[in-house]
Amino acid sequence: MSRKTDNPNRVRKRDKHPAGQPLKRPMRKWSWLFLGPVTAAFIIGFVWPFIQGIYLSMCSFKLIRDAKFIGFGNYLTALKDATFVHAFWYTALFAVVSVILINVLAFAVAYALTQGIRGSNLYRTVFFMPNLIGGIVLGYIWSMIFDGILSRYGTSILMETRFGFWGLIILMCWQQIGYMMIIYIAGLQAVPDDMIEAARIDGATKWQTLWHITIPNVMPSITICTFLSLTNGFKLFDQNLALTGGQPFIIQPDGTNIKTTEMLALNIYNTFYSSNSASKGVAQSKAVIFFILVATLGLIQLAYTRKREVQQ
Amino acid sequence: MKKTLALVLALVLCLALLAGCGSKQEPAQGSAEPAGDASNGSVYWLNFKPESDEVLQEVAKMYTEETGVPVKVVTAASGTYNQTLMSEMDKASAPTLFVIGNQDAVKEWGDYALDLTDSAIAKELNTDAYELRDADGKLCSIGYCYECYGIIVNPDLIEQAGHTMDEIKNFESLKAVVEDIHARADELGFDAFTSCDMDDSSSWRFTGHMANLEYFYEEQAAGAAWTECPESITGAYLDNYKALYDLCVTNSLTDRKDLATGGHDAENEFITGKAAFFVNGSWEYAAVSEAVPNATMIPYYCGVQGEEKAGLNCGTENYWAINSAASEADQQATMDFMVWCVTDPEASRMLVDTFGVMPYKQAAESTNGFLAAADAYTAAGNYVMDWATNYQPNVDEYRAALVSALNAYNADPTDANWESVKTAFVDGWAAQYAAVNG
Repeated sequence: MSRKTDNPNRVRKRDKHPAGQPLKRPMRKWSWLFLGPVTAAFIIGFVWPFIQGIYLSMCSFKLIRDAKFIGFGNYLTALKDATFVHAFWYTALFAVVSVILINVLAFAVAYALTQGIRGSNLYRTVFFMPNLIGGIVLGYIWSMIFDGILSRYGTSILMETRFGFWGLIILMCWQQIGYMMIIYIAGLQAVPDDMIEAARIDGATKWQTLWHITIPNVMPSITICTFLSLTNGFKLFDQNLALTGGQPFIIQPDGTNIKTTEMLALNIYNTFYSSNSASKGVAQSKAVIFFILVATLGLIQLAYTRKREVQQ
Repeated sequence: MKKTLALVLALVLCLALLAGCGSKQEPAQGSAEPAGDASNGSVYWLNFKPESDEVLQEVAKMYTEETGVPVKVVTAASGTYNQTLMSEMDKASAPTLFVIGNQDAVKEWGDYALDLTDSAIAKELNTDAYELRDADGKLCSIGYCYECYGIIVNPDLIEQAGHTMDEIKNFESLKAVVEDIHARADELGFDAFTSCDMDDSSSWRFTGHMANLEYFYEEQAAGAAWTECPESITGAYLDNYKALYDLCVTNSLTDRKDLATGGHDAENEFITGKAAFFVNGSWEYAAVSEAVPNATMIPYYCGVQGEEKAGLNCGTENYWAINSAASEADQQATMDFMVWCVTDPEASRMLVDTFGVMPYKQAAESTNGFLAAADAYTAAGNYVMDWATNYQPNVDEYRAALVSALNAYNADPTDANWESVKTAFVDGWAAQYAAVNG
């Protein structure tokens, strides 16, 4: 936009409202018109379902309209559920491993692609592309790839928990590294060249420059990337469903079973759609516990990494 | 730059809002609003057989043209009927006609079903074999078609291998033919069984249907058919299940170690003459009969004494229920539509061709060869194996555990691994029963 100030109208307007106050009044009058639809959409689409979800977690219900309030019983059942506890630890392990691997590899790729290698843009596009494929499709494609290899050894990804675990890690790395890489590249490009140059003149090695100049300067990118990969790890659903669906199970002597590769979101889904009429409320309470967990972890992580960000 | 960005964001927000307001929720195929006048009630059928969707849409259109009553048919995507039903039933315009397919579903949905005792549609039934009642005796749903399953056979290939269909009378004779074909597969150019994949699209043939032989013989040994889900089962005939299952997976086109994730097209293998035996049901007739016109179906022979007199597994999961929460006008309109479906010559012809057999007095005759085979067995005095499998408690969970155990067994067919199949089969039943009823 032009920054010229020789516009006579503009000068006159400024003269009329020197403090800018009179303009605010009509704005306030009409503010509801602008805020209203968005607020309504937010309440209808988020706040109300959220409150209803919390309420339903304390109900026994088949259809939502028939919900009957029963108190905290669902929470007790959920916490006593061995499959839920198993899914929690499995998910936690998965989240930790995937956060580390995705971020280290994404940073490494981003770092390599900001060193002025030929064809950087092509590589960036290629690395980013896996993000454009939906989770379910990805799960099926990768299950075929893994089985193509594993069948040579007379086994399959569905046969062993560790295959399922590492299979999912590989899948998620493949899908997410490109995305995180883009964020890291943006961060790396914002590191001031003069700072790097100063370090070089001072005799810092490449490693020292990376460690003491580059990384502290890309801390905001690290914050956002760890947040995204951590919450993604915890919320993972479709890839989990399509790749192993929880298999293999441990069939316990009493006939119950533990789905060894079932993560939290899939556990909630399976609980919700079991035939037991009491299970809907239990699944809902699991979902509330799940929300609190992901939100708490996310906030702790944000607070922790934010502290390490430097101001340029 | 900032202003442009703000403008773009504002536009996106407006578009999202408009899209949010304007879009109709369409959970599945064919949910467009139907034509017709809804003042005298309307019909909304939530169908669970994707393969029949096209025919049902046509039948619905015919009815609206004839009577002016709007009929909407929505088909849930394969394997998601329960999820779709649950979300649809919560809406203001809930289905008026839906499926309560087994005793487990009666427990779940019985409260939402209108009592069909002495109703116009119940009076049209020609048998009382396909009625589902709740604990109080309320008639919650009635069958609109029935099906049969067993082992589909290509008689031409059996003859090419130097055998005849008459040879196969029990497990011993079936085994002899199957093993001979498998041993000479290279020379013959075809194998005995089609692939027995254990992925979601195929495992139900073994964990649902074939498992029925165990439940059925257990039921028969106890002297009476189950009328409700038993708390536990004994697994007394599990060895027979094992015998037949082993026969299928060891004498087939695909090595048992490669079955877990599937990816083989058993139907196509059968149609193209790559295998002579195919474990499946009467709904395959339309797909199979063109390539193999004389395809027939034999019972699950599994080594049980007296099985020479066995027939096919006949039953259904296709049960109509009327939504008791629908308005009276809609309930009446739905009832009229159902009666029309089973009495109108043209409509019932179309429905019978997609469904198999409709057990109603005035419905069209079936042209399904496998159901004809089922009738032939019954006419010869053989016993019908009823669908005890419909009682499987918490069915998805129960079958999923069985699949996992069978996968481990297929990878390494040891006795120890069979033990865990046994646990999933027998103890799993009790555990899932407790989970549902506990």
